[in-house]
Amino acid sequence: MSPRAAARLESLGFTKVYDYVAGKADWGSAGLPLEGAAAPWVGELARSEVPTCRLDEPLRGVRERVRASAFDTCIVVNEHGVVLGRLGRHALRADDGATVEEAMTAGPGTVRPNLRGRDGGEADARAKPDRPARYPLRRHPRRPPAPGRCRGGGRLRVLADRLSHYREAQLREG
Amino acid sequence: MSTPLDRTEVERLLAQDAQLVEVLHAEGYADEHLPGTINIPLKELGEETVRQLDPSRPMIVYCYDYQ
Repeated sequence: MSPRAAARLESLGFTKVYDYVAGKADWGSAGLPLEGAAAPWVGELARSEVPTCRLDEPLRGVRERVRASAFDTCIVVNEHGVVLGRLGRHALRADDGATVEEAMTAGPGTVRPNLRGRDGGEADARAKPDRPARYPLRRHPRRPPAPGRCRGGGRLRVLADRLSHYREAQLREG
Repeated sequence: MSTPLDRTEVERLLAQDAQLVEVLHAEGYADEHLPGTINIPLKELGEETVRQLDPSRPMIVYCYDYQ
């Protein structure tokens, strides 16, 4: 659509016309700010300080780092921040001699920062009720191809609660 | 012929006072848009509606994605 709009603007005499072909989906998926009635987006609600670790780290050190944080999970990333796995509570209790790679769950589900908060809550409601999923956020523009990079994390049910509080506050403010 | 831009180039041009125009319908714009964007749906682009645009400034058009 935007190439046609750009051509139309040129036909109307505009000479400095540029086409952001990847559009607002690309902008939002990079965690850049958006405005509008769909606010807030998951990227605004998630916590960016989620602990991360590398594949070859000894588990003991990672466990201590996670204990010192407000989280009970750790996202495994490579040197570019690309999400490779997740260490949940059970994995963090594995033998001290184990490496992160041995203990982690590979390929955890991720969501983009521009997922709407309410959609995130719905996604979590579909997860197993006794084991609600935790999702690292990813940055994953469609083009050029790029793997998801960790930008934060959180339990989507918690994000949905925070969304609910946000909406209630908006209603109170009129 | 318009010039395609990636996100980095968009950010650079915005720092140089470029205008943003979203060409989706009004509901899509109301739902979410880049800050500072003017909404002119594709079907409404014409001599009347573009009067709000400044022809001396760079103009960046966008929609949702590669549609």
